[in-house]
Formats: sequence, C-alpha cells, structure tokens
Amino acid sequence: MSATAAEKKTVAETPDAARRGKDDKPLVRSWSTPILQTVFALLSLGLFAIGAPAHDAEFRIATPGDLIELAAVTVPAAPTLWVLTLAMIAITVLAWVRAAAGRKNPVWLNGLYVFAFVAAFLIWVVGSATNNSVYLTGLIAGSFALAVPLIFGSMAGILSERSGVVNIAIEGQLLAGAFTAAMVGSATGSAWIGLAAAIVAGVAVSSLLAVFSIKYLVNQVIVGVVLNVLVIGLTSFLFSTVLAPNSSELNSPPHFPNIRIPFLAEIPIIGRILFDQSILGYGMYLIVGLLWFGLFRTRWGLRVRAVGEHPKAADTVGIDVLRTRYVNVLLGGAVAGMGGAFFTLVSASSFSKEMTAGQGFIALAAVIFGRWNPIGAFFAALLFGFATNMQYVFAILGTPVPSQFMAMLPYVVTVFAVAGLVGRSRGPAAAGTPYVKE
Amino acid sequence: MSTAAPQPTASEAPGTASGTQPGAGRPAPDQASVMRQILSGNGTVTVLAIVLSLLISGLLIVVTDEDVQETAGYFFGRPTDMLAAAWSAFSGAFLALFRGAIFNYEASNFEGMIRPLTETMTVATPLIIISLGIAIAFKAGLFNIGGQGQFIFGAMFATWFGVSMDLPFGVHLLVVLVMGVLGGMLWGSVVGLLKAYTGAHEVILTIMLNYVALNLLAYLLNTDVLRREGTTNPVSEFLPQQARFPLLFGEGFRLHWGFVLALAATAFAWWLLQRSTVGFRLRAVGANPAAARTAGISVKGAYITAMAVSGGLAGLAGMAHVSGTEGSLNTSVAGSFGFDAITVALLGRSNPVGVLFAGLLFGALRAGGVTMQTQTGVPIDIVLVVQSFIVLFIAAPPLVRTIFRLPAPGAAKARRTADPVTQPAVAGAAVAGASGEAAVPSVETQEAAVAAESAADGVEDPDPAPTAAEPAPAAGADTQTSEKGETR
Repeated sequence: MSATAAEKKTVAETPDAARRGKDDKPLVRSWSTPILQTVFALLSLGLFAIGAPAHDAEFRIATPGDLIELAAVTVPAAPTLWVLTLAMIAITVLAWVRAAAGRKNPVWLNGLYVFAFVAAFLIWVVGSATNNSVYLTGLIAGSFALAVPLIFGSMAGILSERSGVVNIAIEGQLLAGAFTAAMVGSATGSAWIGLAAAIVAGVAVSSLLAVFSIKYLVNQVIVGVVLNVLVIGLTSFLFSTVLAPNSSELNSPPHFPNIRIPFLAEIPIIGRILFDQSILGYGMYLIVGLLWFGLFRTRWGLRVRAVGEHPKAADTVGIDVLRTRYVNVLLGGAVAGMGGAFFTLVSASSFSKEMTAGQGFIALAAVIFGRWNPIGAFFAALLFGFATNMQYVFAILGTPVPSQFMAMLPYVVTVFAVAGLVGRSRGPAAAGTPYVKE
Repeated sequence: MSTAAPQPTASEAPGTASGTQPGAGRPAPDQASVMRQILSGNGTVTVLAIVLSLLISGLLIVVTDEDVQETAGYFFGRPTDMLAAAWSAFSGAFLALFRGAIFNYEASNFEGMIRPLTETMTVATPLIIISLGIAIAFKAGLFNIGGQGQFIFGAMFATWFGVSMDLPFGVHLLVVLVMGVLGGMLWGSVVGLLKAYTGAHEVILTIMLNYVALNLLAYLLNTDVLRREGTTNPVSEFLPQQARFPLLFGEGFRLHWGFVLALAATAFAWWLLQRSTVGFRLRAVGANPAAARTAGISVKGAYITAMAVSGGLAGLAGMAHVSGTEGSLNTSVAGSFGFDAITVALLGRSNPVGVLFAGLLFGALRAGGVTMQTQTGVPIDIVLVVQSFIVLFIAAPPLVRTIFRLPAPGAAKARRTADPVTQPAVAGAAVAGASGEAAVPSVETQEAAVAAESAADGVEDPDPAPTAAEPAPAAGADTQTSEKGETR
C-alpha cells in the first residue's frame, strides 16, 4: 500500500498547501467526510445505541470438526452498541477537528469507523431479529464466496481503465465466461478446459470492446453497454436452444474442488476464507497481489498508468499507447472470464439465464469505490459481497431491515463515492477518451 | 448569446432509412458522385447495418436449429437436405417475425391481419417516449444509462396516484400523467444535479441509481404502499378505468392513446431541440461545453435541464406503459426498456424523427419476437442480438464500409459521417484537421458549431467547404468537461 499512500500524499499535498496558504475556498470540499460521519454516527446513536435490542446477539464461530472449537460469542447488545457508537463519535469529532485544520483522518481510522458501523449494524440486526443467533464464520465465508466474482470483475475493470479504456462490459465478460465454462467444461468433462474456454470467451468479448473503442473510436461507454446486451442476448439464446435441451451433456459442468490447506484452514473465522478455497479462490488472491505489484511497482505499471492519465505524454516518450490499451483490455477480459468461470465451475451447479444478475455493475462500483486500486477494489468488493450476503441472512433471521435496502447498499455507496461524499474518487484522467495519434 | 432561437440551416434528417438527399436547387451533380454520396452516406450504413444484423442472427438461428444439425450429419451424402432445412429454419423464423410484427397474412379476418401492426405500435409506445429522453440527453453530451430507473420512478408515481385517488375521467388521467413525468424528472434531476455540482460522471450515477430504483420498487411492492390488497405477490392494484389510456381501436386491440402521446412527444422533442432556446443551449453544451461556457451558457444549468427533461420523458414512458399497456405495476415493469432505449436513440442518431422510426423498428422486433418464439421455438432473446449488432455496426461506419466495400467519404466529409455521440474523437479530429487551429470560440462560432453538429447527424449538406472559424465540436462531449475534475 505504501506506494499508493505516497502517491496520495503528493497529490493531496498540493491542495493542502494551497489551503493553508491563502484562500480557504477548497476547504469546503473536505467537510464532506466529517458531515457524512456525523450522519452515520447519529444514525448509530439513535437507532443502534438508544434503540438497542433487549436480546443479546449470539455469534457462532466454530465449524463442527474444527481443530480448536471456539465457543459461541454472546455479545450483550446494549453495552457493545454504546461502545461502538462512542468510538464512531470520537472518530467523527477527530475528523471535524482535523478538517478545521485542513487535514484528514488517516485511512486506517476511517476504516475503523466503517468496521465499527458494520459491527454495530450486525449486532443490532441480530439482536432485534426473531432469531438471535447467527453463524459468523458462515456469514463471512458466504460473503467471501459472493465477492470472488466481484473481485475478478473489478480487477478486469482496473486493468482496462488504468490504460484509459472504460470497461462497462464487465457484466458481459463475466456472463460469457460463465456460459462458456459451463458448456465446454461439461462437454469435455474437465474443469480446467472449461476455465481455459472461459478465459477465451472473456478475451473475445473484450477484444470486441478493444477493436470498437480503440480502432473504430466508438464511444467506450456505448460499446460497453451494447456488448452487455449482446452477451445477454447470445447466452440466453444459446441457453434456450443448445444448453437447455441437452442439459446433461452440455450444462452439468465439473467443479473445482476446494483445496484445504491442513492446519491453516482450522484457524477460526479467517481459516476458511484464506485456506479452504478452490483453485480460483487462490488464483484471485494471486491476481490481486500481482496486479497491485505490477501497477505500482513495475515499469509495465508505470507505463500503463501513464497511458491512462496522459496518453499524449506517454506517446511522446515512446510508449505505444494503442498497444498498451489493447493488451490491457484483453488481459482484463481474461481475468473477467475467470471470474465468470467461478459462477459455473465453483459456486453454482450449472449455467442459468442472466445468472450474473448485475454483478458486473457491482464490480464496476467496487472499482470506483476502491479508487482504481486493486487492494482498494478488493476490500470494496468484500464489503459489497457482505451486503449481498446480508440480504439472504436477513431473510433467515427475520430482521426489521428490508432486504431490498441491503441490496441497494453497494449502489448507494458508489453514488456517494463518485459524488465525492466519501472521499473523492477520481479515475484515470484519460479513461473514456480514444487516442488519435496526430 | 442571442435570445432568439437560431434557425439551423440544415433540414431535419428524414427518417432513418433515407438520410441521403442531394440538395435541391443546386446544379445536378453527375451520376457517379450522386451514387458515391448515397453509398457513403449514413442512410446506407443504417440500412446495411440492419440487414447485416438480421443476417448474422439468421445464421445463429440456422446453426442452432435441430433439423439443420441433424441433416448436417450427412451433409456430404445429401447436401440438399441440409440446405433445405437451413432455408426452412431461416425463412420460418423471419416469416413468423413478420407475421408477428407487421401483417399476419395467415389470419382469417382483417382484424387478425392488422393486429400485429397495432401490437408493434403498442410495444413501441413506451420505447419511443423513453428513447426521446435518452436522445435529448445525448444531444447535451450526456449518457443517460438511467432510463430504467427513471422509467420505474415514473411508473411508481403514476401507479400510486392512479390507485390511491378517485378523480373524474380525464382529470385523473392528467394527474397520473403529470405525476409520472414528475417521478421520472425527480430521478433524472438527481443525476443532473450531482453531475453539475460535484462533477460525478453520469454514466456511473445512472447505472447505480437504476439498481436503487429497482430495489425501491421491489420494496414498495412488498409493502402496503403499492401492493395489491389480499395478495403476497409483488403486484399493485389495477389502475381505475379513468386513470387508464382509452383504447384507440376498441376492445379488439391493445393499442391505446399512449401511441398518440408518443407522437406528440416526438413533436415536442423535435421542437425542443430544433426550435427552442433551451434546446439550442443543450446542443451547444453537447457540442462543446467549454465553448458554450465562454459564450455565456450555463453548462450546469444545461446538464440539470437535460437530465430533468430526459428523466421526465422516461417517467412519461413508464406512466404510458402502466396506464396504457399493463394496467398495474409489477417488479419487472421496466423490462429492458432502459437499455433498449439507448440502442434506439443511437439508431435514430439522437434525432426525434429518427428515434420514432427506430422505436417502431425495435417495437416490431419485440412484437414479432414473441410470435417467432411461440410459432417456431426460436427464443425471443435473438432480438437482443439483432439490436446490439445493429448498434455496433451503426456506431462504427468504417466497419460496415469495409464489409461491403463501400467508398469511404472524403476527408472533408468525415465530419458528417462520424457521429459526435458515438465517435467524438473522429468527429473532433476531422474538424480540427479541416479547420486547422480552433479559433477562440465566439457567439457566432457557437451557432456555427451547433449547425455543423446538426448537419453531422445524417443530413447530407451538399456544401462540403468547412467554415474556417469552426471550433472543434464534440471532441468529447464527455472529455471536455474533465477539466472540472470530473470523476471518470
């Protein structure tokens, strides 16, 4: 993270210096974080702390067969909620003080704030539900499983957008990957060949994006939107005509087994998500790490970012702008194809019509909320996966919060993010602009 | 900026299929150059794009047909079998499409024969209205991907006011109509305001707000606010008769007065864009925000107006769908209207009359697709494939020209064939190349820019000489604003 932190520092320092210097006009922008934190702290105070449920919330942690069986944690709702709320208030006050001085709370403190809010929310929900006990490990593992395709999708988005090509077609790439993986995997009986086919399908969709937006200079947003429609149409059509009538031969794909790493997988809570994954789950970690390292630590990454920020300058110093964009968009397609394969080769038993159901757009939201940084997008996707999973958990628990509001969360958060209410989220400067060499 | 609405010299593009007309009253150009103009024009590209898309989809239908696959097994033994099967699959599907969309020659009576055409018009009604909204946003340089959400808001508002009030005939329909427009306007304005004051990118905003609207709709239909009494299904009460659009041709047809509304909306959109000051400002901002700002036009105001009008039309479409066709509200009320509208607006080249015909075409594909699915078993999803291919080809005229080996338009004419919406860079580059350094924009050049921009929309202006003072228009309706620190 240090490279990004350093980068942010240099970016942030210039306006800061200006603020401290003469006019205090830019200060207005920086009030949004304390204001937003105040709103949520008051929400927590009014709803969670004062309206704390009488029941305690029980969190079950141990999975039967664990090496160390941890007892269920019973959280006394009212005191815990008060502590969490007071912590949020303290951070908010600090944010106000810092904002007055033209500075910001450090990222980890804001992270702590978000964690406190999520924890308070969870305790409140479980405490006031009809069933006051929840299986925490399952909740986290479930969120994680839902987040994996989002993470793949957002990595695809980052790859292509960092080089200056807006990728709205993540949804289509995921769906194409899922379809092809199911079909080819079933036909050949090998999950590996299915995965390879999914990668090819993802690349095929992204090559259309690349050709139309880079060669024919068609607006990238339009190509993306149209490609999504095209893939939805194609896969639905082929599903009805080819897969559905022959579902035993063509739509019962083999699955990647979970590879359990001995001992490590027994670690409570995080063991299952870190060390008991399918090959695609592990691959996801690898890709996130590699992409972060590649983008911020290698010459390749520097060039890609240069192309995405200022293609003309990059061209001037001899970087092949168009080639960089082609390569990145195609790589993004490959990554999204893998994410699509996760649907049919790991999480679901077979392909169904429009099975990605807007996940590609949540992945896009994760890219923005994660500020085009692989690590940021990773955590954003986890948060969104958690929000999605909460919908299902709510249904089981019988909670007071309608599941639809949980479903809205990723989108609302993203609207706030792009509107600059939760920190400014600014993408690569040249994203969306075709490059024409003069 | 002059207050009087400008009178663009270029005439309206006459529909989608015939965008090429040599100027009247000029010395007749020789045959070859007329031919060349027609071949390199937008109209030809549009027609060829549609034909090409239908052919590709036909190929898909043939390849996935079971009889064809069976007969292909012994292709080298008796090739005629496979060819016959392929032809029957191909023609069967498209004839069914035709029977479902335009004219059912198999029907026993006249009513049955023309019913498909009225079905097409019924399906096209909301599609045309919402696409007009998208087109207006395009003209202002905004990508309103949020038609779906605004449609839903219009439908929700219309349903609530339709169900919960009891007003006399006429008044009630009017109230529902106004509320539908307001609902869509509200949701659209949110985007306009956020875009204008925070610089957030409208594409992201609208995509996200679509999902917010969808979930809000699902929530409201699952609570007493909108749910029908005595059911647990997420459907609303039926709108009372006085809040419904009257049927146009009596009980035998679903076609309602909403279609007339769609025609009126088309006229309104045309007037707004071509004849009103507001429309002029929108187009000026769409053509070049920086120049428009210099000329004294409020860019923020234009964004807010454009999104409000765009959302209002989408809301009206939602209202027309609920009050006309459906009669009640359900969770899938918006269907794929929001995304179809983008393709319709692109196909119609953001030109209201073009949008009307494009909407009818896609309405025909939808209506015919249903018949095709029931009669020949070809899934209606093929319609999506046709639509997306059409737009892909239309957006990239050079591709279609390469496929059909058509003559490329000259360098001076590239400006006209590159669509400023779909190909901002090409349009910008062509003008920059033709006029050299862009001069500092003034009020006069603004008018020229807008006139040029409307000429770029498919009208063959017979005079190819570029105006020297033209600023580079639309070198990114999108990109020019990035100086404000826009988020993507």
